[in-house]
Amino acid sequence: MNFTLLQSLWSIVVLVTFIGIVLWAYSSKRKSAFDEAAQLPFDDDPPGDSNDSSPPKKPARSR
Amino acid sequence: MTSTETYNYKVVRQFSIMTIVWGLVGMSVGVLIAAQLAWPVLNFDIPWLTFGRLRPLHTNAVIFAFGGCSLFACSYYVVQHTCHVKLAFPALAAFTFWGWQSVILLAAITLPLGITTSKEYAELEWPIDILITLVWVSYAVVFFGTIMRRRVAHIYVANWFFGAFIITVAVLHLFNSAALPVTFWKSYSAYAGVQDAMVQWWYGHNAVGFFLTAGFLGIMYYFVPKQAGRPVYSYRLSVVHFWALIFTYIWAGPHHLHYTALPDWAQSLGMVMSLILLAPSWGGMINGIMTLSGAWHKLRTDPVLRLLIVSISFYGMSTFEGPMMSIKTVNALSHYTDWTIGHVHSGALGWVALVTMGAMYYLIPRLFGRELYSLKLVEVHFWTATIGIVLYITSMWVAGIMQGLMWRAINQDGTLTYSFVESVQAMHPYYIVRTLGGACFLFGAVVMAYNLWRTIANAQPVEVEIPAPASAH
Repeated sequence: MNFTLLQSLWSIVVLVTFIGIVLWAYSSKRKSAFDEAAQLPFDDDPPGDSNDSSPPKKPARSR
Repeated sequence: MTSTETYNYKVVRQFSIMTIVWGLVGMSVGVLIAAQLAWPVLNFDIPWLTFGRLRPLHTNAVIFAFGGCSLFACSYYVVQHTCHVKLAFPALAAFTFWGWQSVILLAAITLPLGITTSKEYAELEWPIDILITLVWVSYAVVFFGTIMRRRVAHIYVANWFFGAFIITVAVLHLFNSAALPVTFWKSYSAYAGVQDAMVQWWYGHNAVGFFLTAGFLGIMYYFVPKQAGRPVYSYRLSVVHFWALIFTYIWAGPHHLHYTALPDWAQSLGMVMSLILLAPSWGGMINGIMTLSGAWHKLRTDPVLRLLIVSISFYGMSTFEGPMMSIKTVNALSHYTDWTIGHVHSGALGWVALVTMGAMYYLIPRLFGRELYSLKLVEVHFWTATIGIVLYITSMWVAGIMQGLMWRAINQDGTLTYSFVESVQAMHPYYIVRTLGGACFLFGAVVMAYNLWRTIANAQPVEVEIPAPASAH
């Protein structure tokens, strides 16, 4: 097995892996799980502390 | 179910405060050495104050002391909050604090004394390297121990970035610092020649990629959504961003060794991977900035948010500039010139420092149960810092391109048009502007330190209960 073949195979493995990750991340099956995950930083807010280092006006939480 | 357990804020407070302290120290040394380049008399003919010794002190202080403490603070805070659990192994966490401060103190003593391995960003000698290893392994145990105890199913994306940063920096440090000690303060690298150079820049570039990028992206993915009050623009993009970034960064190091003894294929590989890196970098930048989509008006009223968003913009700018400079023909002009210094500082001041400062404005009031003392002063900080960065990077662009052109200018008969010292002389006005820019940035940092000092003066450290995970995931 020569070096060029190894390089080519490696490129293919990497490309397929990348496409696999993209398909997985954007599959509709994962949508609800990722939407929930995106809310994780807001799960821990004590009431009334979502963004109070900025002006007093409370931002609307998107949930 | 309610929990009566509280977060471990003590170690977060300690690291946050030292972030500010070391930031002031490191930036002051930076301004001093910038001034020395403009006015060499400022080394006062004292060996300990010469540029060659203070420059590594500056880089170590801003990267590993300021940046490092901020990464410890933010990762310890974020992992507790997004896992709904107290930090694991509190004694070990305390050791990471005191151990890391000892490393910084030892660096501050040994570097001015001229004790150095002379490997850029890895100058510290072997006894200190061993201490770093101990601290870092403890850090990994604390961080991943906390992840393993988490009370939510999902590991939030910020923690993935922190985790990748911790693991990769451990590997980089172990391989690059491998050395044969001859005396207590002198060792020789385990590698020689071009292999040593390649290991060094594999380390050096990934110190940028993982210490100064992945870690701070972790900060971005938590603090930007929190400050904006809305979830990250696309969580799916953040997943792709993570895997693409960590996979690509590790290959980019050879672009530091263009036109050297490094085999040509390795140089080309480094260049191609650096160009590919633009995609994940900009994916992350877009994800960060677009988090504000639908809430742009907040930028008008919230200077902390503005600081964070401008930092992401600088991230986008320097991750465009970087791949461009890695192209061999561009690098032939830019390498060894001040353009590189300008590029580094648009990343370091614009991205790393501003995102850290934004996170500290968020974090420190909460750690002490206070409101931020003055938003007006954040405004002042924002503008002085931004003007400082712009002065810094534009002067270095002009200086660097001019240097590159002067060095390659050739007369009809093939002799060099300019002697080296003529190019040095031509730098003088730009070095003055750069010093001015650095001083502006430092002034902003002083304003921040005062603001945060007033925020926490007489405040009692707070204990915050860990809420149970809100939604039943």
